[in-house]
Amino acid sequence: MSGVVGGLGRRPERGAAELETPLVRGLLIAAALAFLALFLVAPLFTVFSAAFSKGVDVYLTALAEPETLAAIELTLITAGIAVPMNTLFGIAAAWVLSKYDFRGKSALLTLIDLPFSVSPVISGLIFVLLFGAQGLFAAQVQEYDLKIVFAVPGIVLATTFVTFPLVAREVLAVMEAQGSDEEEAALTLGASLWQIFFKVTLPKIRWGLFYGVILCNARAMGEFGAVSVVSGHIRGETNTMPLQVEILYNEYNFVAAFAVASLLTLLALLTLGVKKTAELASSLREARRAREAESELTVTVIEPRGVTS
Amino acid sequence: MSVRTEIVSKRFAARGPAAVDNVTFEAKPGAITTLLGPSGSGKSTLLRLIAGLERPDGGKISIDGKDVTHVSPRERNVGFVFQSYALFRHMTVFENVAFGMRIRKLGKERIQERVLELLSRVQLAGYEGRYPSQLSGGQRQRIALARALATDPKVLLLDEPFGALDTKVRIELREWLLAFQESARVTTLLVTHDQDEALELSEHVVLLADGKVEQTGAPHELYDAPATSFVASFLGGGSLLKGTVRSGRAEVGSLAVQAPEGAEDGAEVRALVRPHDVRLEKAADGGEVAVARVERMRRIGPRIKLLLMLPTGDAVTVHMPKTEVDELGIESGDRVLVDLKDAKVFVEDYAI
Repeated sequence: MSGVVGGLGRRPERGAAELETPLVRGLLIAAALAFLALFLVAPLFTVFSAAFSKGVDVYLTALAEPETLAAIELTLITAGIAVPMNTLFGIAAAWVLSKYDFRGKSALLTLIDLPFSVSPVISGLIFVLLFGAQGLFAAQVQEYDLKIVFAVPGIVLATTFVTFPLVAREVLAVMEAQGSDEEEAALTLGASLWQIFFKVTLPKIRWGLFYGVILCNARAMGEFGAVSVVSGHIRGETNTMPLQVEILYNEYNFVAAFAVASLLTLLALLTLGVKKTAELASSLREARRAREAESELTVTVIEPRGVTS
Repeated sequence: MSVRTEIVSKRFAARGPAAVDNVTFEAKPGAITTLLGPSGSGKSTLLRLIAGLERPDGGKISIDGKDVTHVSPRERNVGFVFQSYALFRHMTVFENVAFGMRIRKLGKERIQERVLELLSRVQLAGYEGRYPSQLSGGQRQRIALARALATDPKVLLLDEPFGALDTKVRIELREWLLAFQESARVTTLLVTHDQDEALELSEHVVLLADGKVEQTGAPHELYDAPATSFVASFLGGGSLLKGTVRSGRAEVGSLAVQAPEGAEDGAEVRALVRPHDVRLEKAADGGEVAVARVERMRRIGPRIKLLLMLPTGDAVTVHMPKTEVDELGIESGDRVLVDLKDAKVFVEDYAI
């Protein structure tokens, strides 16, 4: 993802520049910008303009509705459970997949992607089929009087399922790129598994993990399809923010709908902003270190030459 | 502190080839022993088995007389240096070197003292605040060595430590390692595919091929008395010629050389001719028997590399000092007499 963002600003390579006439290049850039404006900037603008169409007071009142506040609360709770769980499982899965060889490894790798390849509605339906009134575990659910489907646990389960690959994938990519040499070095120096993880692995993967967690959080708060199926749409109880947006919209309460939507949009923008800042910070630090190292090297190389000549 | 492996084996795939195949050898205390071999010979795997980073399928590994086959790598107290340096990239040089001592919970002052001592020993005093990314390859590898030495390991295991460095730095580091070893006397196992490195650095060489020990001994023993044509061609190299044994002499084309003892008449042999071991003489015109043609001459610094073509069509590479070639007055296209008395001859069955 970062590669795409970074790539936009770069000049085309020389060969490409010779192939393209200025006219072609201009047209391509114009087309890309027009597409961006139509599909990204315009909707973004619409969300905020609709939310604030009747002024800031109306916007704030709409957000202060008890049902809306309940939706925000539920969304925070859901993300608050799903994200830490997926962070733990994601790290564990990435660790196992990158450090060990075992039977069924490629199957596990494929399974991790399952939540991405399945429609979110199906992901929600899975939990209804498992824990619903006619479900596989219906007897146990009734026996212990568990409330899973059409209740908060179902929403958390569905959200966790849908957002599982985000942390695992991101961390796995970083771990595979960095290899295990440092971990092995720590092992021969006498470090225990915990010491290796906290002193070596975690600092190594922290940026990848950070991206994974914020992407996971954004998706967890914004998930609609899977949550919609298991939620039951009980107002003030099992509605998350995206569901609340739909309900308000269907009731022609456009300002309130877009007010909640604007919060989710802000979250998305914030996520991208944090991600970009973190990337920038780490690349700046790398650049500074490289520059320092370079100036250091030049000095040591030049000195002896000055002596001999 | 010696290191011993007894019939150690390792396969990475259940039915795949053995990466390490029944290897038995011993590394003498206080000396550098080289595990030498081409890529895929299992030398790195053997080193990782000794460190405990891989588990053997069978056999016994002992360090300092103690069986460590089933001991965790963290308790073997070995210093391991990777080709990739494997420095902790988020830690300063100081923290990298201090890592093992912090794990062992040594006192702050003790650590401080030891780190600075080690840094001056690897000639990088004053670099403690740097990050690995601010160091050159040679500097990184010296930090890796300092880190490995910090915990007073029983053995130092070096896995192609100079492999990623350019020639000049590699030669400097070799010199440094030799000087260091002379004062420290740490039992060291060095994995390399570079015969020069093995010949220069080690007191003992274990030559591996396809996971098996091909020959062990002092570097000059392996060079002067190679057990197989593989050892001969790997250490020193040269041109391989085919021939047959006739009445106690090995005939290689029109040339005759000493045959190995006990070789039967008619046995197929291979003769390995070292580029430095060939004597040449300018041939007088006329049909001399042991005659070759100088196909090509290339000057490499003070030496000349000649390509000789034998009447059999075999090619032999010869290295000679330029002065000697000038004295003999050999030119490209000349016919020369060839003396192969130092050729190493192997009966085919023993060869790879």
